[in-house]
Amino acid sequence: MTVQSPGEGAPLTSRRDAALLLRVALPLALFALVIWGWERYVVAFGVPHYVLPAPSRIAHTMVADWPLLFASLLQTLKTTFLGLALAIVGGVGLAVLLSLSRVVEYSLYPYAVVLQVTPVVAISPLLLIYMPQETAVLTCAWIVAFFPILSNTTLGLRSVDRNLLELFELYGSTKPRCAPPWLGRLISRVKALWYLRAPAALPYFLGGLKIAGGLALIGAVVAEIAAGSAGAGSGLAYRIIESQFRLNIPRLFAALALLSLTGVVIFLVMSGISHLLLRRWHESALSKES
Amino acid sequence: MRANGPPAATAQDAGAHDAASIVALRGVDKVFPNGVSALAGLDLDIGRDEFVSLLGPSGCGKSTALRILAGLIAPSRGAVVWTDGGDDTDHRGEIGFVFQEPTLMPWANVADNVYMPLRLRGVSRKAARETIQSCLSLVGLDAFAQAYPRELSGGMKMRVSIARALSLRPKLLLMDEPFAALDEITRFRLNDDILRLQREFGCTIVFVTHSVYESVYLSTRIVVMAARPGRVVEEIAVAAASPRTEAFRTTPEYADLCRRTSAALHGAMGQDEHL
Repeated sequence: MTVQSPGEGAPLTSRRDAALLLRVALPLALFALVIWGWERYVVAFGVPHYVLPAPSRIAHTMVADWPLLFASLLQTLKTTFLGLALAIVGGVGLAVLLSLSRVVEYSLYPYAVVLQVTPVVAISPLLLIYMPQETAVLTCAWIVAFFPILSNTTLGLRSVDRNLLELFELYGSTKPRCAPPWLGRLISRVKALWYLRAPAALPYFLGGLKIAGGLALIGAVVAEIAAGSAGAGSGLAYRIIESQFRLNIPRLFAALALLSLTGVVIFLVMSGISHLLLRRWHESALSKES
Repeated sequence: MRANGPPAATAQDAGAHDAASIVALRGVDKVFPNGVSALAGLDLDIGRDEFVSLLGPSGCGKSTALRILAGLIAPSRGAVVWTDGGDDTDHRGEIGFVFQEPTLMPWANVADNVYMPLRLRGVSRKAARETIQSCLSLVGLDAFAQAYPRELSGGMKMRVSIARALSLRPKLLLMDEPFAALDEITRFRLNDDILRLQREFGCTIVFVTHSVYESVYLSTRIVVMAARPGRVVEEIAVAAASPRTEAFRTTPEYADLCRRTSAALHGAMGQDEHL
């Protein structure tokens, strides 16, 4: 049941549709214009394809090299999403621990910060020495994606209305009949975490996830580049390095296009998840009309 | 002048209420960690089915007294004495608390917000359904069970907050300036609603307010407090019959009580200036 029906009807809807159309059509038009200009420029000035390939040539390479590129894409996606998944598990898990215990917070948080502020490119050669290559690449993706999730979730778990916490204490903390008082305190803390802190932290977590999704891809690429120069590897970033060495610039552009498309898709998926989970109640997901 | 009389004499004034006490504050002091003394030697008896208003200037410790009654903070000295024994943890299920802000969970709809105290008590959603429905009809929000807080007006949010406080069938309802942030029209409506609720529901209410008129209209007893340190300076019994309606606001009795309460409040603030 809805409280307020949109009511106004057709004119409003069509105006909104027109605005949406404009928002989609304008960037697409600009994109088409740039591609067209690029193509004209390359043809008109006879730029060699190993310096700047024409868009048509890149498209052609994309189709011709698709089996190779697709395998690389899968490899990079696997690293990115595995790294992101581990970052979610680690970041949320640690944030929950930090919120339950000050001792844990004081001992671990500084190291999480150190891990974050150290540029991952600088760590990756070391990781490649100590770990099998795939693990090292995965670790890089994990390191960069981990911190935004940890810090955002920690912030969210703490930003609960204090009055609500007091209500919880009032209604939730019954005196345990046959258990030590510390257990009662722990139970009520866990209850507050589940019923109150977790939903309050959700928008913050999703904000962190949006950043972490992009960062996991960057981490994977950085590690692949570092590993690529060391030898083996088969991800998209490795293809870029390889293509550069072989002066196969059209393929380099094709791999680059796939990478940036991957980033866009990740961003859209994260935004979609965020919108689905928050649309009923959170300010960030509300339309102007409501 | 009544306002300048010694506390012992004014306490007699409250003799009009003869309800059996259910809970009392005995010699309660509260000093906050920053050294501010919020309450000094507060004695306060809350009788069954009373409507007690705590009225006073900012900083007189009204809210602190309410929080101590609820067991949310501990007194520095003195005690909360429940007539039927036990301490505040034993009585938590019998207390409803309403803050100045509605303090709703924005991610949960109205029904789930009202369900929250029951859920914490381990009542299943199925078993709670009827209680939730009856609490919502008590505050006139039957039709809004599935609405989210952001879709409601300020007054409606406050009604949800009251419905939530009623969900555990509290014997004692503690309200900390619940209507202070609302416009006057909404406030008057909610004043009538809260009186009706008390009649239908049968609970004791302690109500913190800044408003002389609100306290006279609602209360069976007004406790006027002074600040620095917070203490009771006068208790005024309001004997007017219930149910009270808008007509009560135009009676000479109402005007006289407002005058007396204002004078007492003025006295309380005057004492404050001398300190």
